[in-house]
Amino acid sequence: MLAYYQQMLLIRRFEEKAGQLYGMGLIAGFCHLYIGQEAVVTGMKAAIKDGDQMITGYRDHGHMLALGMDAAGVMAELTGRSGGYSRGKGGSMHMFSVEKNFYGGHGIVGAQVPLGAGLAFADKYNENGNVCLTFFGDGAANQGQVYESFNMAKLWDLPIVFVIENNQYAMGTSIERSSSETHLHRRGASFGIPGIEVDGMDVLAVRDAGLKAVKHARSGKGPMILEMKTYRYRGHSMSDPAKYRTRDEVNEMRQHHDPIDHAKARLEGEGWANEAALKGIDKAVRMIVNDAADFAQTSPLPADSELLSDILALEEI
Amino acid sequence: MPTHILMPALSPTMEEGTLTKWLVNEGDTISAGDVIAEIETDKATMEVEAVDEGTLAKILVPGGSENVAVNAPIAILVEEGEEAGDLDALAAPSAPAAEPAPSNEGPQSQPHIAVSDPDLPEGTAMVQVTLRDALRDAMAEEMRRDDKVFLMGEEVAQYQGAYKVSRGLLEEFGPKRVIDTPITEYGFAGLGVGAAFGGLRPIVEFMTFNFAMQAIDHIINSAAKTRYMSGGQMSCPIVFRGPNAAASRVGAQHSQDYAPWYGHVPGLIVIAPYGAADAKGLLKAAIRDPNPVVFLEHELIYGETFDVPDVDDWVLPIGKARIARKGSDVTIVTYSRMVGYALAAAESLAAEGIDAEVVDLRTIRPLDMETVINSVKKTNRLVTAEESWGCMGVGAEIAAAVTIGAFDYLDAPPARVHQVEAPLAYAENLEKLALPGPGDIVRAAKGVCYAE
Repeated sequence: MLAYYQQMLLIRRFEEKAGQLYGMGLIAGFCHLYIGQEAVVTGMKAAIKDGDQMITGYRDHGHMLALGMDAAGVMAELTGRSGGYSRGKGGSMHMFSVEKNFYGGHGIVGAQVPLGAGLAFADKYNENGNVCLTFFGDGAANQGQVYESFNMAKLWDLPIVFVIENNQYAMGTSIERSSSETHLHRRGASFGIPGIEVDGMDVLAVRDAGLKAVKHARSGKGPMILEMKTYRYRGHSMSDPAKYRTRDEVNEMRQHHDPIDHAKARLEGEGWANEAALKGIDKAVRMIVNDAADFAQTSPLPADSELLSDILALEEI
Repeated sequence: MPTHILMPALSPTMEEGTLTKWLVNEGDTISAGDVIAEIETDKATMEVEAVDEGTLAKILVPGGSENVAVNAPIAILVEEGEEAGDLDALAAPSAPAAEPAPSNEGPQSQPHIAVSDPDLPEGTAMVQVTLRDALRDAMAEEMRRDDKVFLMGEEVAQYQGAYKVSRGLLEEFGPKRVIDTPITEYGFAGLGVGAAFGGLRPIVEFMTFNFAMQAIDHIINSAAKTRYMSGGQMSCPIVFRGPNAAASRVGAQHSQDYAPWYGHVPGLIVIAPYGAADAKGLLKAAIRDPNPVVFLEHELIYGETFDVPDVDDWVLPIGKARIARKGSDVTIVTYSRMVGYALAAAESLAAEGIDAEVVDLRTIRPLDMETVINSVKKTNRLVTAEESWGCMGVGAEIAAAVTIGAFDYLDAPPARVHQVEAPLAYAENLEKLALPGPGDIVRAAKGVCYAE
């Protein structure tokens, strides 16, 4: 639990710092913060083993940190520097780490869903026993390609878990205004894919549901859908004023359902950690984030020669 | 230590904004996430949240101030228990390092893969093979060679392929490697790209490239761009193949040539062969290539028979055009089925005393402009021929590149032969009128030769 707390806090502080650097003009373009949703990826990470993959959309910083990608490398990609994971050529929405089994970072709503099914297809083809966690939001859940993927994933019993991060707003459109069936865990019913609704603000609930779904997928029974009921505190992206919901609604989630406060209260209540230990974690996390921000500002811009590299692989066949 | 709160940029284009009002007062304690002010950007009114916790010691820019520059200090924050102290001593934060002046050097072209076709020993035996079977043989040989290669698409397995290109593959390789998909091009193209990310070498067959319009997002956004966006980490070795361009009387939605569409995209390799030998050698190369390849076939020549060298492993270089007919008076540059028309046109032209050279591009991207330009330097005249529309087409690119690269050698403006700029009609007469044929190429060639 202490490790989950630290992980969630790292994501929170990292995202706050990213928002700050955006405000200073050091990060540009689109930047989608994960604040509020930390328990989802932290709990799911706790449910997988080495070798299992993750793929997601553009709200992706939390997934990278959860998989152990270096905070400095992620932050330097946000600032478009040579020290970033894509050497400054991808940006916030397009980062990858084959080493850490993170397959992006995709900018087109829902595109990661068939891509994730393809990674799971490769896992099954290669008989490596791995499972692919494919994350997408409530907005992407209305994309046609998601259902093409559900069909193939069940048809071929691919080792995949579809994790729907239902933060209740597809940019500015609430789920009630966009979806005829708002219980997204039921969306697999017509394909024979079981689904569970999970409290996505509770890291232990997420982990337990994750363990169940990953076991199901790994055992050859095919996909499972986990609908994580969660909430994002910030706008859709940095330039979203979020006028489509009330300040009271956001405050209610923040004050009474925050995943980090919840974890902290549990740690203290159960006597698993004292105040000094929690303060120590807080300090360590701030140090990591500050170092990442420093690196992201001092790492040089990519060399001009990077413009034309990595377009095609040039090795002889 | 006291810190400045800076005027934030809250949109990608914001340079300054109005600090509408403060929602906290001097002396208030604030924690991270509290809304402290409202700011009007160039797009909207936004709430500013505190990033750090502390006490708001001093407001530097009062509410209602207009044209506040991004990154200007707007307030001073002190930590718990800290005195505001000598706030004036707080140095202004240094501005982010200025970007270097943009250089105006144009991008250099990608290196071409410039190797010649393998030399065939004198007396190499040829076998007569249909284009359809040559494509099947290429896939079968590569599947035997590498167990990561698999074929997926609509009707490729049990039905043996909508055009019988995959005949026998299910029998030899089984259902693990020859996979019938649902009719969901968007989904299975994306799944194929994901499988390539996962280390496999998929061949994704589209029943026609007209249906790949459903899947073009994954071909371009997921397959072509990911290597670049990942700084070279990710690889997508995949082949998208199937018939392209007009069939026969199938109407506008089943008759389009997509060579210029895919040829436009950095990160893709685009191949459009004519004969069976080229089709076989280039498909084998495409399957081995570490990059995403769009492989455009032509339904109307699947059943035509061509000579194919009877050698063990016939692999051709990608990115290399072929002189299909040597000539000295005019260069006709073309690809796919139009190569046959250009060769027929060349025979007609020869009867009238015009010796045409026919260049079969074979690969659309990267274009082998070296071969084209060397030919034009010899003939001084250029005709391009393609089945697609002319506007923004392959011929347009060739004409531009030749005009730039061999302007002084041209004795006439280049001529382009292409489909009439209209969706392809169903009616027999209109279809014939719209599609280019040998006669159009003859007329264009005579035009650039100023021959009546």
